[in-house]
Amino acid sequence: MSISRPYALAVWRRNAAMYKKTWKWNILPNFFEPVLYLFSIGIGVGAYISEMGGTSYIAFLAPGLVCVAAMNGASFEVTYNIYVRLVFEKTYDAMLTTPIEPDDVLAGEVLWAVTRAGIYGGCFFIVLMLFGLAPLPSSLWVIFVIPLTGLLFAAIGMVFSLRIPNIDMFSFYFTLFLTPLFLFSDVFFPLKERLAGLWLWVAEALPLLHPVRLARASFNGKFSVIVLWDLAYTLGMSLLLLLWARRGVRNRLTN
Amino acid sequence: MNKSTSSAPPVVEARAISKKFGERFAVDHLDLDVPARVCFGLLGPNGAGKTTTLRMIYGVTRATSGTIRVFGMDISQHVRAVRSRLGVTLQQNVLIEALTPKENLLVFGRYHLLREPELSRRAEELIDFLELRSHAHVPVRQLSGGFQRRLAIALSLVNGAELLILDEPTTGLDPAVRLALWSRIRDLRSAGTTVLITTHYMDEAQRLCDQVAIVSSGKVIASGAPAELIATRLAPETVEFDCTSSEEATLLDGVATDRRLRVGRRLMLYVDDATELIEKIRRHDDGDRRPIIVRPTNLEDVYLSLTGASLEANP
Repeated sequence: MSISRPYALAVWRRNAAMYKKTWKWNILPNFFEPVLYLFSIGIGVGAYISEMGGTSYIAFLAPGLVCVAAMNGASFEVTYNIYVRLVFEKTYDAMLTTPIEPDDVLAGEVLWAVTRAGIYGGCFFIVLMLFGLAPLPSSLWVIFVIPLTGLLFAAIGMVFSLRIPNIDMFSFYFTLFLTPLFLFSDVFFPLKERLAGLWLWVAEALPLLHPVRLARASFNGKFSVIVLWDLAYTLGMSLLLLLWARRGVRNRLTN
Repeated sequence: MNKSTSSAPPVVEARAISKKFGERFAVDHLDLDVPARVCFGLLGPNGAGKTTTLRMIYGVTRATSGTIRVFGMDISQHVRAVRSRLGVTLQQNVLIEALTPKENLLVFGRYHLLREPELSRRAEELIDFLELRSHAHVPVRQLSGGFQRRLAIALSLVNGAELLILDEPTTGLDPAVRLALWSRIRDLRSAGTTVLITTHYMDEAQRLCDQVAIVSSGKVIASGAPAELIATRLAPETVEFDCTSSEEATLLDGVATDRRLRVGRRLMLYVDDATELIEKIRRHDDGDRRPIIVRPTNLEDVYLSLTGASLEANP
């Protein structure tokens, strides 16, 4: 059994067809969240901060928030939405009455989560460009960082969603996992200036940190070797988690 | 019966299939032959292993042992090829509530890699066939249970399925909707589709199915045409009335009946000729004219006698 591209795309298209009907209601809360942060923290708090990481505070915030938007876009999809399809709506049970196989389901869903990450991250990036907060052309590199962020958080959320006993567990995922990541991943302040010695190494485990550093490097146009580590972490971790999720999907959908 | 049924190879051939969940056998060395172009009923109480059997047939549950061939292909080797030629309506309707019936059909058609214009043509055909036209463009969440069920069946036909598997298709539907659905299922069968249906409504099985297999504890305990099962397992007439066990002994003293079945106070006797028996009961029934029903024996009696209540077979 392996992934078949046309079947994976059919899974993707199912979600796209549904999203086309409901995006007006879905896009608003997720999309406005980073915009609100940008303006309240960036302009409000930023007024008291002369500079951070060598730029104005709002400019410091901008690249990290692109990743946060992408993370949120992917995360909502692979948590609540996947869980409802899996457990309540039995969407995948119906798909598996057709030639679609569990691997196609996983591939299609991950691709869709990446798509949503692209929609949210992309929209937010456009807002940044309109406000002159995205230095061109170097910040355009972030177009590659957005789907990578989506992939990573699709993989993390998928593994989580496949292993939890009930839907209430997602509140832990959001408040005890995503929120701390959001607060402590270089988005609001440079970690390396606030953490000492060993803690800096521990912080390297945080998944959001790596996309944020990649986005910041894009915005600054300064790519150091650490970019390679960030890329390796993002891709390697995604791959490992997806292999784990693949086993989970097979076990959940077939027996 | 269609003349090709005897010559064509079976659409589903299951040989000694078992499925073990932990220590429990959900399906236990079950044999099943579903001939082409018939409506075949898989009957049995809840938990008998019907759904597990179906899942093994379309290859989402792997048999612990035994072999299953569908369209002559080993399901464990050819899952995609088999599933591209069959359709399954699950017990629970799986519909996208925000979308219209037409849009649901398009989404489902793409699971089979159908492309335009074939995709829309099939969708329109099924909208007409299952009489969904009046609500073809209304979001599914606004449709009644009967409409939703018809749409669920339409989805499983979108690939022009040669084998349609229906898992309890009419549970929870009102009588008029059930009748309408039965007639659609008969139409499909006449057009050459093989239908495999599970149900615990025996009237449904008797009206719809050419052949049935009664499953209990994961095994087939009886199979054949409904009329044949009634004739061989019980007797043509059923006499039915309320009585206690002690009354039964008095009333039926010396009565040689083929078989009796008691469900609570209700006693059913299966006989070749009811007249004599009724006279006898009346004679013993001093003055107290209890209501007695005489009716043709049906599949439900066979089913109950095989799966459910305690059956006392007289020698």
